Amino acid sequence: MLDSGLGRCYNAPSRRIERGAGDDCIVITELAGILRLPLRRLFMTRGAAIAELPGIARESRRNILKMIFEAGSGHPGGSLSEIDILTALYFRVMRVDPRNPRWEGRDRFILSKAHACPGLYATLAARGFFPVADLLTFRKINSRLQGHAHVMTPGVEMSGGSLGQGLSFGVGCALSARLDGLDHRVFVMLGDGECDEGQVWEAAMSASHYGLDNLVAIVDRNRIQNDRFTDDVMKLEPLAQKWEAFGWKALEIDGHDMEAVVEGLETAATVQGQPAVVIARTVKGKGVSFMENNPAFHGAAPNEEEFQNALAELA
Amino acid sequence: MTQSLPKVATREAYGQALVELGRENPDIVVLGGDLNKSTFVHLFAAEFPDRFFDFGPAEQNIMGVAAGMAASGKVPFVSTFSVFGMCRPFDQVRVGIAQPHLGVKIVCTHAGILTGEDGMSAHGIEDLSLACSLPGFTVVAPSDAVEAVAAVRAAAKTPGPFYVRLYRPATPVMHSEDYEFRLGVGDVVRQGKDASIIATGVMVATALETADALTSRGVSCRVINIHTLSPLDEDVIATAAQETGGVVTVEEHLSHGGLGSRVAQVLGRKAPVPLEMVALQGYTESGDPALLIKKYHLAAEDVEAAVWRVLERKS
Ligand SMILES: Cc1ncc(C[n+]2csc(CCOP(=O)(O)OP(=O)(O)O)c2C)c(N)n1
Ligand SMILES: [Mg+2]
Repeated sequence: MLDSGLGRCYNAPSRRIERGAGDDCIVITELAGILRLPLRRLFMTRGAAIAELPGIARESRRNILKMIFEAGSGHPGGSLSEIDILTALYFRVMRVDPRNPRWEGRDRFILSKAHACPGLYATLAARGFFPVADLLTFRKINSRLQGHAHVMTPGVEMSGGSLGQGLSFGVGCALSARLDGLDHRVFVMLGDGECDEGQVWEAAMSASHYGLDNLVAIVDRNRIQNDRFTDDVMKLEPLAQKWEAFGWKALEIDGHDMEAVVEGLETAATVQGQPAVVIARTVKGKGVSFMENNPAFHGAAPNEEEFQNALAELA
Repeated sequence: MTQSLPKVATREAYGQALVELGRENPDIVVLGGDLNKSTFVHLFAAEFPDRFFDFGPAEQNIMGVAAGMAASGKVPFVSTFSVFGMCRPFDQVRVGIAQPHLGVKIVCTHAGILTGEDGMSAHGIEDLSLACSLPGFTVVAPSDAVEAVAAVRAAAKTPGPFYVRLYRPATPVMHSEDYEFRLGVGDVVRQGKDASIIATGVMVATALETADALTSRGVSCRVINIHTLSPLDEDVIATAAQETGGVVTVEEHLSHGGLGSRVAQVLGRKAPVPLEMVALQGYTESGDPALLIKKYHLAAEDVEAAVWRVLERKS
């Protein structure tokens, strides 16, 4: 069923295994009416060991490249820089139910930099939201996997593509959760170039105004945007101080060190009384030598030779 | 017939024309939003670094800055993708540029569904409607690279706000270099007596292809290129309706508020005849542009079917 050359599917829904490993999701969904929230949180995270995460991320990196090569277009750089964080979120930090993507108690993840959707799709597929084989339909006509993240894909919370809008959406989710007395958390991933958008700062101001401690922003600080390095397009530093001046708790981490990523996300999620931002220092194109730190691979597919070399590096 | 024509991207022709204009007029300044290679304004930036300004993706800010420059005697050209230059900062364009009637020239690339795989957020299919809704805005959708250059030259010397709609892919070049572009005057590219096909932008080529196909089936179609949507050449439209007795409009844009709507207004007031609109009816999806054109019914065969419907309604 998943014989697409696209690697192993973690927790993939499968007819064969009705109650196998990782199927805590089903059990919990059935018990949802009985169990109250703290227990659900415990069960719905996959709780992968940190040592397991780099291998999952590596497989996702390969899938990102396969998708973009097969489509002939797409955004590898920002997908490769964010993937360690997405892996930590979906396999360890967040509670989600791949069999019931719209489960009300789920933590929300919003990919505001929606061009980097290959990273999200690879992660969602690995986590079992849809078959890994579907990844190869990315950007093709009649596919659920659109060129920029769209809610037609199981597990995708917000349609994006126009930068700067995701944090406002996240503020809306976080405010609603509070109104409804729900304890799920809202994570919003922003690009660093995206922080040029004024709307980001309008949203930032409103989040601290409302004391949204159920909201975590993550900035993929890969120092490159569409055309060039962020320092050349628009200076962002001191970035952490900017967020702090807007009333946020700011943490800085190495976005490719799994221990640091998990710890940073978990710490940010427990900050009280104010929203928290995790500024993740990352490398655009991480994992593929000739894509790393190279603005040319923001939005370009590798050619055949580059593709093979990239896969070999990630073998 | 149009298949055999050489193809040039309108955005590339624009980028080159802008450099020439920069040499002719020292008041021309260019503002970009981190898409400067895609819009080809990097050519201007290379030759006139002092008159080029990159703001990153912060389109609301860009429009405000451009308004200030126009009010200070500059001739600012703003270039980004149509969704980011018209949809995103609409209120800044409306209040900041249209209402004070400032001479900001918004030249947007990557319009319509020809942007293909990037998906619906990237498909600027409302831009003509939005631009035409703004009193005092001149709105031009060139049909090929030659006309794009002419339109941009017209923008530079016409007072007031101006919107030009360009495409990503290379498209057929129908006009020769000595083509005389007349702003605001519809161009009758083919005479005919049974029905009129009124098209804009890249769909003019499709209209011609359809007219050719119909000639061999004994139907004579007039083809009109409405490159200037605002102000609209009402006379050429009313005359065509009166002389041919039926009209088909063709655009790669939503049917609401674009060419079809504007032609309908003219026919309703001046020359009511059967009208069919070949246009998008809603949002689309990722996919190869040629396949999207087919799936969303903008192909020559769809135009032909619309002509047959008009002929039937006429009789
Ligand atoms: C409103 C808006 N303007 C412009 C763009 C075009 N665009 C797509 S990606 C990008 C650069 C984003 O850079 P960054 O946020 O740093 O993303 P990453 O490096 O993580 O890929 C731009 C300008 C857009 N998608 N939306
Ligand atoms: Mg970046």
